[in-house]
This record gives sequence, C-alpha cells and structure tokens, in this order.
Amino acid sequence: MKKIWFLTWLLVSTCIFSISWAETPEEKGLAIAVAADKRDTGFVTQTADLVMTLRNRQGQESTRYIRTRTLEVEGDGDKALSIFDRPADIKHTAVLTFSHGLEPDDQWLYLPALKRVKRINSRNKSGPFVGSEFAFEDLGSQEVEKYSYKYLRDESCDEWQCFVVERFPEYEYSGYTRQLAWIDQAEYRIVKVEFYDRKNSLLKTLTYSGYQEYIDYFWRPDEMFMENHQTGKTTTLKWANYKFKTKLKERDFNSNALPRLR
Amino acid sequence: MSTLSKNYSYVFLVIGFLLQTLLHAVHADNTSGVWSGYISGQGRAFWQSPQFSDQRDGDLSLAFEPEYYKQWNDGLRAITFSPFVRLDSTDPERSHVDIREAHYLHVVGDWEWRVGVAKVFWGVTESQHLVDIINQTDLVENLDTEDKLGQPMIETTWLKDWGALQFYILPGFRERTFPGRKGRLRTGIVVDTDEEEFESGAEERHVDWALRLKTQFGPVDLGISHFNGTSRAPELRPTLNSAGGVELIPYYGLIDQTGLDLQAIIGNWTWKLESILQTKKGRDFTAAVGGFEYTFYGVSESGADLGVLSEYHFDDRKQDAPVGFQDDIFLGMRYVLNDAQDTEILAGGFYDFDYSSKSVRVELQRRFSDSWKLESELQMFSDVAGDDPLRTIRRDDYFQFDLAYYF
Repeated sequence: MKKIWFLTWLLVSTCIFSISWAETPEEKGLAIAVAADKRDTGFVTQTADLVMTLRNRQGQESTRYIRTRTLEVEGDGDKALSIFDRPADIKHTAVLTFSHGLEPDDQWLYLPALKRVKRINSRNKSGPFVGSEFAFEDLGSQEVEKYSYKYLRDESCDEWQCFVVERFPEYEYSGYTRQLAWIDQAEYRIVKVEFYDRKNSLLKTLTYSGYQEYIDYFWRPDEMFMENHQTGKTTTLKWANYKFKTKLKERDFNSNALPRLR
Repeated sequence: MSTLSKNYSYVFLVIGFLLQTLLHAVHADNTSGVWSGYISGQGRAFWQSPQFSDQRDGDLSLAFEPEYYKQWNDGLRAITFSPFVRLDSTDPERSHVDIREAHYLHVVGDWEWRVGVAKVFWGVTESQHLVDIINQTDLVENLDTEDKLGQPMIETTWLKDWGALQFYILPGFRERTFPGRKGRLRTGIVVDTDEEEFESGAEERHVDWALRLKTQFGPVDLGISHFNGTSRAPELRPTLNSAGGVELIPYYGLIDQTGLDLQAIIGNWTWKLESILQTKKGRDFTAAVGGFEYTFYGVSESGADLGVLSEYHFDDRKQDAPVGFQDDIFLGMRYVLNDAQDTEILAGGFYDFDYSSKSVRVELQRRFSDSWKLESELQMFSDVAGDDPLRTIRRDDYFQFDLAYYF
C-alpha cells in the first residue's frame, strides 16, 4: 500500500514540477526523441527485404536488392547486417555494422569473390551508401545521444498532427549542420526529414509513406523517398516482408560468421 | 585439364557427397536452390615481343563460374557447388577446369562445420597475401595470385563473442597451375605440370592441418595461425625429360608455417601487418608485409573517396628468396567514386630496393546496366636486372580487359 501512495505522490509531484517549470524547446525536443526511441524499443530482432532504386536527373535507374537484419542491443547501438542479392556482380556482398552512439561504429565488409572479411573504417558517415542519395549516417541506428534537439512547433502533416523538431548531429564527421524532422504525435512515426548541408542550405528531403503496424505495435513505412535538391537525383527504398522477434541470435551478427551468412 | 584429372578421386568423393546431401535436403525442406554466377570474355595483349620462342602476343579466353546454393533450417544447413572453367585461345595450360567450391555447411550452436571443397581467405594486407595459405594459387588466372583453387577440407569453427577458433583438416593437395610453352608471364624453362615431386611419401595424399585464432580488441584485429603440411609454393627444379630437353619440375616440401596478421583502425588510418615464420628442411625463414591505408573521404562533390596505400615487404632470405618481395616497397592509391556503377580505380607500383626493378599496375572496374561489368588492368615492368626473380617476365607488360555478364 505504502508503495502505491509513494508512486502516486511521485506522479503528481512530477506533473506539478513540469507544469511549474516550463520546458525549454531543447528539453521538449529531447523529450520527444526519448519518447520516440522508447516507443520503438522491444522488437529484439527485425528482418526486412529492401529494393533500392537510384534515379539520376536524366531518369536513368539502377536497382539494388538488399536483405536486412537488425539486432537490438540494450545500452548500445543496434547491430545491423545488409546482404546484397542484386546487382548480380555484388551478390552475397554483406555489410555488418555495430553502432555505438557517439563512439565510432564497428563495420565489416564481406567480399564473396575473395571470401574475404574486411574490417572497414566507419569514419565515412557522410559518404553515399552504394551510390545512393542515402549517406551511411542516414541509414544507421538512430540513438538519442547522436543529436541535440530543439522543439520548434506543432504542425499538421497530412492526416496526422506532428511535432517539428530540429536536431543537430553530435557525432563526428557528419555531413549536416542540422536536420528538421516531422514526427507524428500519436505514434512517433517519422513523416519527413529535411537535411541541411555543412553550408546550412537544404540538401535533401526524405519522405516516409505507407506506414503499417506490425505485431500490433511496431510502425514501419513501406516506402522511403530521398530527394537531393542540389543534384536532382533521387533514391526510393521499398520495404517488404518485415518480421520481428525472429530466431536470429547474437552469433548471426558475428563478423567471423559472415562467409556463411547469406 | 590436368589439374582436374589428378584429383579424380576427390571429385568423385565430392559429387557422391553432394548427391547425398541433396537427397537429404530434398526430404528435409523446401527452400529452393539458387543458381548464380558469371560468364566472361577476356582479352590480353602483350605489346612487347616475347622473350622466349613459342610465346604469343596475346590471347582471348572465356570463363564460366556458376554457383548453386541451397540452404535449409534457417541457413544452419547449406550446400554450395561452384565449378569453374576457362577456355584460352593460345595456352592449353590456361584452359582449365576446377571445382572452386562443393561443400556442406552444418551449424549447431556455436559450432560450424564445413565439409567438402572450399575457399578460405586469411589476412589483412593489400599488395601481398602472405598469411593466406589454405588454398593453392591458380597462377594461370592472374599474376596477382588472388585466384585460388578449391581445397578439400573439413573446417570446424568455434564462434564466440571474442572471436573465432578454426581448425582445418586438409586431405588432398592441389598443385599450382603454371602457364605453358605458348603462355606469357612464365618461367624461362617451362614448368611441367604433369610431373611433380613431394617431400612426403604420401605425396598429394598427405593430410595437412591448420589452426587459426581470430579476435579483436577495440579497433585492433588480431589473427594467429599455424599450418602443417605440404607447402603451396613449390621449388622449381630443372630436370632432363625423356626427350632430352630441360624442364622445371615442381617440388613440394613439407613445412610448418606460423602466421600473424594485425590490423588497427585509427581515425582515417588503417594500419596492417602480416608476418610468417616458416620452418622446413634446409632453411627456416621469416617474411613480413606491413603498412597503412589513409583515406580522404568525400574528395569530390559526388562523394568519392581517395585512399593512399603503402606497404613494405621483407623476407630474411634476401636475394636467395624465390619470390620477388624480399625488400620492396609498394605505393598505391584507390579511387572509389561511390557512384551507381561502383566505379573503382586502383593504381600501384612496387620498387625493389635490392634489384632496383619497378612494376606498375592499374586496375579499373565499372558496372554497366545491372548485369554487365567491365574490368581492365594494365601491368608494366621496368628496369628488371638479369638476376631479378622477375627477369623472365620483364617483357610481359600487358593490357587486359574482362567483360562479364552476371546472373
């Protein structure tokens, strides 16, 4: 009984505390990021198939088929494995990444022709991922501590009501000064992100669409569309076959197992 | 075709084994197998007149390497089958067939087994692969020794958070391929690949073994390995043949080789070291290769990367070393465009401090559409002295292109 009283007191006092001490935009921005991160915790493992279509200004297309596997790691960044099925000349090539928040990530590349597992430098955050408009940093695991935040305003975004939050990369070697993210207030789904380059001019816009709810909890988009405003190039990611809480184990993300993981 | 015929017994063993696993697989599960691979047309042009009579100025060839892969039980069981064939217009020794891979994978908990013919790569450096010893070099494919013949093996891997411990039993020896009379990039006297001598009484049936430990400490990767068995690199011994001519006969000695490979990623730098200690009858030796790769990221608007590499090669046999890498420096650069076609240019040169010889190599690769890929390379030698191990290939500068269709 005592415990319940204590909890109620804690809850009430926290409410009063937060009302009486008005949140700064930075605190509110961080609170939204923390809530969004918490909302997406607990998938344990996730697998999904990805079709990535690169399109240049002339409309020429190039397509990659990638299978992705993610392992949630408590107290650290996720472990992620991407296996390429097409283009056929890079079939079975794999990229394994252990994200570490502000610390440099660990990253390995598996080259199937030589059967070689090569540990690679992960310092290249702003470089394009396989020639696409997505940089490595856009696709990496998004830990809360990777950015500092500033809440800007509420705004309607299509059928939803969104928070508009400005975030500033805290990790080294980012290609951006800041990003603007539209996050839906009900389920913390990201609707849109604008990326501003090192000169602080608008570089890219990423739009998420076709959100679906999986295992009655996790929201995932069917499509992500990245447009580079400076080059006119675009990259579309089409996601399918999302699976959560799969049989994957820690050892399925071991760099020494890369030759057999396919 | 000689490489295949000598390994008849293994081929049959492997095929029988595969049929068995296939039958088992068909009963056990349902994930269908997948064929993939490539077919490529290659042309090589040697623009200097040959050093030895019978050698030609170029060749055209076709290569085909399909792969069948089938997995079941969530990938914990799998079979892989990958034959390779090259048909060459000038050198019959370069026309050859091999089974690159034909193995069964079985994973239980932290243990992985692979049984059959497989390929294994060890090491970290770029300009020479010293530690890598499991597979024999398919030398007729390319001078860079990166093409390997399939090796029969039982591989056991113990996979842990801290790394992996691997144990290999290697029954059956694969002889190195050498260019024939008409081929370029060869020894002055032709190597007779139909004959060979072994130190082991069991000859090519000697069972080799190897052990490898891989672990990492933060940004540092460490590999320690040991190999016991028949050396992959033969001594070439001049012998009189029945017709009264002189030939080189490969002699494969028994060796123990301990290897160390080390890599550390610090900022934009990647530091690399490989070292071996080899003991055999006659003389022991140590050799090492080490250096760095420094990468400038995003050097162009489109996000290209420029890597600068340098590696030093050492062999304590000095000028007695049968290899060209006894006191050499390698300088190179890697330009990766990070574009939709995965365009990459690799250029590098070796300078030999003992012989003052130089060699340069430029490689370019680019994909066209989603299925075609063009690879080309240029190799040149200069200032090769009469006592340099490279002397027999000093007039073999060449340009090569490969156009491959991948499926």
